[in-house]
Amino acid sequence: MSNASRTRDGLTRRRFVTGMGAGGLLAALPASATPATSIAPGTVPAASSATWNLRVGRRRIEIDRKALHAPCIGGSVPGPILRWREGDDVTLNVTNTLRNEDTSIHWHGIRLPASMDGVPGLSFTGIPPGETFTYRFPVRQGGTYWYHSHSGMQEAQGLYGAIVIDPRRPDPHACARDYVIVLSEWTDVSPMDMINNLKMQDDYYVFRQRTLASLPHEARAAGGVGAALKDRLQWSRMRMAATDISDVTGIIYTYLLNGHAPGMNWSGLFTPGERVRLRFVNAASMTFFDIRIPGLEMLVVQADGNDVEPVPVDEFRIGVAETYDVIVQPRDSRAYTIFAQSEDRTGHARGTLAPRPGMTGPVPPMDPRPVRTMVDMGMGDMKPGQDMKGMEMPGMTEKDAPMDGMDMSDTDHGDMGHMDMDHMDHMDHMDHATPAAPVMEVDDPGPPPINVENQNVAKMPVDRLGSPGDGLEHTGRRVLNYRQLRATRPGTDPRPPSREIILHLTGNMERYIWGFNGRKFSESGPIRLKLGERVRFTLINDTMMEHPIHLHGMWSELENGQGAYRPYKHTLISQPGSRMSYLVTVDAPGMWAYHCHLMLHMELGMFRTVIVA
Amino acid sequence: MRGAFLLVAPVVAAMGMPALAQVPATTGTTATTTAQAAKPAYHAADAPSSTPVVYLGNMKPVMDHASYFHGILDEFEGRYAPAGSDFRWDGEAWYGTDYNRVWLKTEGTLEHGRLHDGDHELLYSRAVSPYFNVQGGVRADIDDGPTRTWGALGVQGLALYEFEFQATAYVSDRGRFATRIEGSYDFLLTNRLILQPQAEFNLYTKSDPARQVGAGLSDVDAGLRLRYEVWRKFAPYVAVSYAGYLTQARRIVHDQRGETGALRFTFGIRSWF
Repeated sequence: MSNASRTRDGLTRRRFVTGMGAGGLLAALPASATPATSIAPGTVPAASSATWNLRVGRRRIEIDRKALHAPCIGGSVPGPILRWREGDDVTLNVTNTLRNEDTSIHWHGIRLPASMDGVPGLSFTGIPPGETFTYRFPVRQGGTYWYHSHSGMQEAQGLYGAIVIDPRRPDPHACARDYVIVLSEWTDVSPMDMINNLKMQDDYYVFRQRTLASLPHEARAAGGVGAALKDRLQWSRMRMAATDISDVTGIIYTYLLNGHAPGMNWSGLFTPGERVRLRFVNAASMTFFDIRIPGLEMLVVQADGNDVEPVPVDEFRIGVAETYDVIVQPRDSRAYTIFAQSEDRTGHARGTLAPRPGMTGPVPPMDPRPVRTMVDMGMGDMKPGQDMKGMEMPGMTEKDAPMDGMDMSDTDHGDMGHMDMDHMDHMDHMDHATPAAPVMEVDDPGPPPINVENQNVAKMPVDRLGSPGDGLEHTGRRVLNYRQLRATRPGTDPRPPSREIILHLTGNMERYIWGFNGRKFSESGPIRLKLGERVRFTLINDTMMEHPIHLHGMWSELENGQGAYRPYKHTLISQPGSRMSYLVTVDAPGMWAYHCHLMLHMELGMFRTVIVA
Repeated sequence: MRGAFLLVAPVVAAMGMPALAQVPATTGTTATTTAQAAKPAYHAADAPSSTPVVYLGNMKPVMDHASYFHGILDEFEGRYAPAGSDFRWDGEAWYGTDYNRVWLKTEGTLEHGRLHDGDHELLYSRAVSPYFNVQGGVRADIDDGPTRTWGALGVQGLALYEFEFQATAYVSDRGRFATRIEGSYDFLLTNRLILQPQAEFNLYTKSDPARQVGAGLSDVDAGLRLRYEVWRKFAPYVAVSYAGYLTQARRIVHDQRGETGALRFTFGIRSWF
């Protein structure tokens, strides 16, 4: 580890070796294509194909002096970009050439029959070694998506890739230059070792904690040693760390952009003045990235495969498993750096947009690392003595249950926990649209217990949709937030929800256990949904970390104040200490996965089976 | 408290008041009444169900119920003093799931070729709260002195302000009682250089001169260790340690012409797997 930390400074000192050859790609070309030309990473194939033959195998790949027998498709990490066409029936023959392990491919964000979703145990029984599974389904959506393994944590080691689907209606943002930017991590530490280490020591990979050495700096920021110490005591009293941003960090990770370490400098070419479309996919297993291209404004035009009203930004955060399409228009004949720093600022991925090959742009310094605050703990952002009147309390009456099991002395805080201005917003427009709305059934577990599996209760969760996220609030840059996402078309299902399912995101960092409602997967029942119903999911994040929550098979329509123009997403970041809701039209029968997309959180319990019948 | 609320709630509801009447109900009263009338079901959507899900091929989608095996040597050190040097170890290992584990604890001191303070425990550990485990089992004092066996029951975990803490009560086969209290704290000087004060106290109800045990507070073993985590699992340290007998035990040891206590300069390695 000391080695790893040493290599983190100075890019120029690094030597990079890669085992990835263009030749490896040939094994994964569309079945129809003639394998005469190899495709550079990040380049969208020239034409779509409805039939693909994909071979999963392990191959020794070395990046940044970290060698790994990586499970991958066609020998490359990331796997090939699959280009499909909306309206086609695609056929994907996935052959498992691994020696002793099953595999699977999940098509992330794609609406398809449950049996084609690729989750072992839920969709099918996986693909045993030596066998081929044929996925076949109609493609009824356009945009940028991705795929990854859902078996044996292979996803963390390289089994992932991007999907680009040509939309049926003319693409309003078609650009001559169109690149896929897949962000991910690379390490020679196996995911099983990570889990083992984290079970023993939860801050195993965190070397950015508050120490005696960092006290002077904190004291300056806090306005005195006393204030800095007081804040520290507050955190240690809770037995938590304000510096707990990412569980697994740059101490072992090299961050990749299209399979390239920062020093390898993936490059995309442009002609000055032309519009360039960049399709960002966060295929990492544990890392959020904050992305900017100094000198260029990015126009966000698509989120999770669905068009949104263009938002000009300087920077955006991409949660694990999210996708964003942005358009840039570089006018100068110079190199621009695509800079994607990890949320915890322990490293970055980097690429270059340039008019000619071989150019490099300046790499900006990393921002200061975010530090968690009481807002992240769910203590709200109210000042002491702030007036509570005027805040509306939606559905307060439906909240007998939360009182159950709660310390009465804490009643006031607990009640505030269920107040939420934003929540009222959509209650409002919903009520106005349908004054005679039927009574909504509420599945409310109440505040989660403090137990072995949960160490915190967000007493006053707040709406954080307007926040770009921890570490991005005061950068002076225009950073995208969820409230700005507005679909270009109204939602297809105008019905109000008939049921609300409230779920608390919970966990115990110290024991490294994760779950919903204070229970891990193996201690929970399935979430049962009725085919045809419309459900509101409300997530209250009682942990102090972001969780990218992904519902398989159905869209999650974020209630972000955009009325009927709610953005459709497949993965939603629940910010720490926040309350957020989204609507789901339950139109896909079968067993589906519902989970946090931080892979170790998923594996250690933040997972539920959703049964639609 | 909770019981009291359950009693009160129906009364409040019967009075036609929202159940949370203590909250200033400024708005939304109409919706409120309707919702009340319809008696919405309150339950967790993901509550454990009596009809278990049948997973295809009996494959569980995630592995959140695995067993883990870890061991740590907190102390593995040579202690040096003009009066005499010794060697000491203190470690523990556990195997099991998030809730149920088997623990093995062992410690001992080798001095002038004689092993003393040898203490070995085999415990069942049950997680009971976010930070604490209850542990019960047996302890055997096995060294060059007479062997004693004890039943053990204690708690182990992370106390407020992140103090590592263990407190165990023992009852021996001869009807004696004893207690051990251990604590330590990590001060991060940097992210790798860590100063750790640590102390262990033993208390007994009756003296046991053959084992240099006195009634009351019998002995203390403490150290101030400065370790450097070369990597997480391997940290050499320098320390000052103190091992000594107190109160009645001190007199017993004095009478046996043993050393009643010494401050020693210490080198060691902390490691775990």
